[in-house]
Amino acid sequence: MLKSIAASHGELRVTHIQPRRGLRVLDFRSLWEYRELLYFFCWRDIKVRYKQTALGATWALLQPFMTMVIFSVIFGRFAKMPSDGVPYPIFAYCGLLPWQLFAFALSETSNSLVGNAHLITKVYFPRLLVPVAGLLTGLVDFAIAFVLLIAMMFYYHLPIRSSILVIPFLLLFAIVSSLGVGLWLSALSVKYRDVRHVLPFITQFWLYATPVAYPSSLIPHKWRFLMGINPMSGVVEGFRWALLGTAHVDLGLMAVSVVSVLLLLAGGLAYFDRMEETFADLV
Amino acid sequence: MSETAIRVENIGKLYRLGSSKKYSTLRESIMQTLGAPRRVWNRLSGPKAAPKPEEWLWALRNIGFEVKRGELVGVIGRNGAGKSTLLKVLSRITTPTEGFADITGRVGSLLEVGTGFHPELTGRENIYLNGAILGMHRAEIARKFDEIVAFSDVERFLDTPVKHYSSGMYMRLAFAVAAHIETEILMVDEVLSVGDAEFQKKCLGKMGEVTRAGRTVLFVSHNLNAVEQLCNRVIMLEGGRIKTDSKDVRSVLTGYLFGADDDDNTTSWVNSKGQPANPCFTPQRFALVDSEGREVRNPIRNDADLWVEIDGEIEQADTSLCIGYVLTSHEGQVLYWTYHTDQRQSDWPNTTRGPVRLRSKFPKQLVNEGNYRLELMASLHFREWILEPGNNAPHITLVIQGGLSDSPYWMQMRPGLLAPVLDWQSVEAPKSAEDIISARNR
Repeated sequence: MLKSIAASHGELRVTHIQPRRGLRVLDFRSLWEYRELLYFFCWRDIKVRYKQTALGATWALLQPFMTMVIFSVIFGRFAKMPSDGVPYPIFAYCGLLPWQLFAFALSETSNSLVGNAHLITKVYFPRLLVPVAGLLTGLVDFAIAFVLLIAMMFYYHLPIRSSILVIPFLLLFAIVSSLGVGLWLSALSVKYRDVRHVLPFITQFWLYATPVAYPSSLIPHKWRFLMGINPMSGVVEGFRWALLGTAHVDLGLMAVSVVSVLLLLAGGLAYFDRMEETFADLV
Repeated sequence: MSETAIRVENIGKLYRLGSSKKYSTLRESIMQTLGAPRRVWNRLSGPKAAPKPEEWLWALRNIGFEVKRGELVGVIGRNGAGKSTLLKVLSRITTPTEGFADITGRVGSLLEVGTGFHPELTGRENIYLNGAILGMHRAEIARKFDEIVAFSDVERFLDTPVKHYSSGMYMRLAFAVAAHIETEILMVDEVLSVGDAEFQKKCLGKMGEVTRAGRTVLFVSHNLNAVEQLCNRVIMLEGGRIKTDSKDVRSVLTGYLFGADDDDNTTSWVNSKGQPANPCFTPQRFALVDSEGREVRNPIRNDADLWVEIDGEIEQADTSLCIGYVLTSHEGQVLYWTYHTDQRQSDWPNTTRGPVRLRSKFPKQLVNEGNYRLELMASLHFREWILEPGNNAPHITLVIQGGLSDSPYWMQMRPGLLAPVLDWQSVEAPKSAEDIISARNR
């Protein structure tokens, strides 16, 4: 579709515009060129997120915290859900953090193209910036909620382990997972507004398919493999391992997760790229 | 420097009607996929169902031109001629269906001012955000920040969220950012049509400054005066194709204004396309008639009894409704505006609910011989335009020839926009030259 070729035209760059044909490698060059815009998109979303709310950024704490309370009462107290030997509240909270990051990022990316329709029809920039920016905003909420997690660990007298250093990688993993799915959904939503209605359902279903409220040790061994296809189960279990030291990481499960994420992402990027040229006409 | 800045080669853009406007739902798509085998079978077994050509539209076709560095090109054409699509293709918002274009240099495109302004953010924050969206770097915005603020005149409200701005302030700030883009090539679409007259003047001035700096500009506009002032070349589009591409801006614009060889060179207009419907006033007919109400044809003598008649439909009576027309000369100079509400309120003609016919006498022997354009206008006073002159409002043409005066000495057209036959009288003259002087000294 579009290629930017650096030409020595008196140092001026030549932009070549033509109909796109076939598959195309991701245009990292133009993404890099527009990195400042990515920064501004993130900055805008963060600034605007808690404008005109009474509680402001406290929401970033309240949401996972209240969910944890509900889970603790229903699953921990009433259903007597096992929690791999750590107190159930921190067990649940530790799973909720990466989950909420994922769910938030997923909904942000999925709605990003339609939500920024006014920009897409008026200005050129690599369209990929929009879903990616939606993704990064969730990290701020995560960081706030993470502080509470550390506080809870002190409260329950749980030691901080060196394995905490794995967290950034797990975060990256969660983000890439939501990007993989989000790219599909955002590109689809340009054409089919059904996505908006399907999304809450997907998210809810996915929550129960992920060992957030329950430990993966509850699942019979022969089904673990299936569980691994869901990348978030690897992330959630990884979080608990890194912070709480529960069980050990199931490397086989992780490997399946990694493969499934990479496939999702590659497919998402290819589909997004194919649809990119029609966004402005359809959105 | 006569290097090529923009080279456009045989560009075409095909739109599917319907699908570009309507959203398809997932169900339709699934049903279509499920129905595919049957369609294939039908195609193989029966005669091929012809694809409906009317579902597709070439918004642009065979567009080719070259713009040299430093040229200021105006792109004009009626609504739907493909101006905006052309700009969208060249600014990479949408891809062409065929052909290609090479653009040398950084492109700034302004399809709208204030793109990406966020109502919750302050003026200061929006300057940065909008600047970044328009392709400026952070350092660049920081460097120009003071200049932008000075141009916009909103210093006092810099830290107020723009949702509290008046629309004028908003536009000023938005344009101020846009005006400070420093790319080699600038593509502008119709952004000057907003804001009050004072601000428009300022923007035009700024645009002029920009163009004198030797940058290449592609300027799409309905504002022909602006095109004439700014551009040294004009491309006229019609039905998605280039109709005229000329450096003789003036004559192209004149031809455009009068639709030189299309059929709207007439003295009457009838609303045949079910065009602008507005509950407060929907125009039905706009015509020149004689004193018996019969439609007249061009050319018309300057001493003829001529009336301008406007028919319309009012569904919802509004006391601030103003209906009138603009008289424009062949050269695009506005001669006057007139509204049915120009006199004392008690003398206003009735405009109640239902069909309405207004008639206004065209001044006899006021304007000179020549071609004039009458453009219908209607508005809710100080609230909104129903028919805005210059924006595809219905218009008719008046050609005045002959009937300049009854004098044997004034048979030919004289210079001047106006040719009024004024009153001359003789009064009792002083006896001598001395009397004149003494009368003055007295």
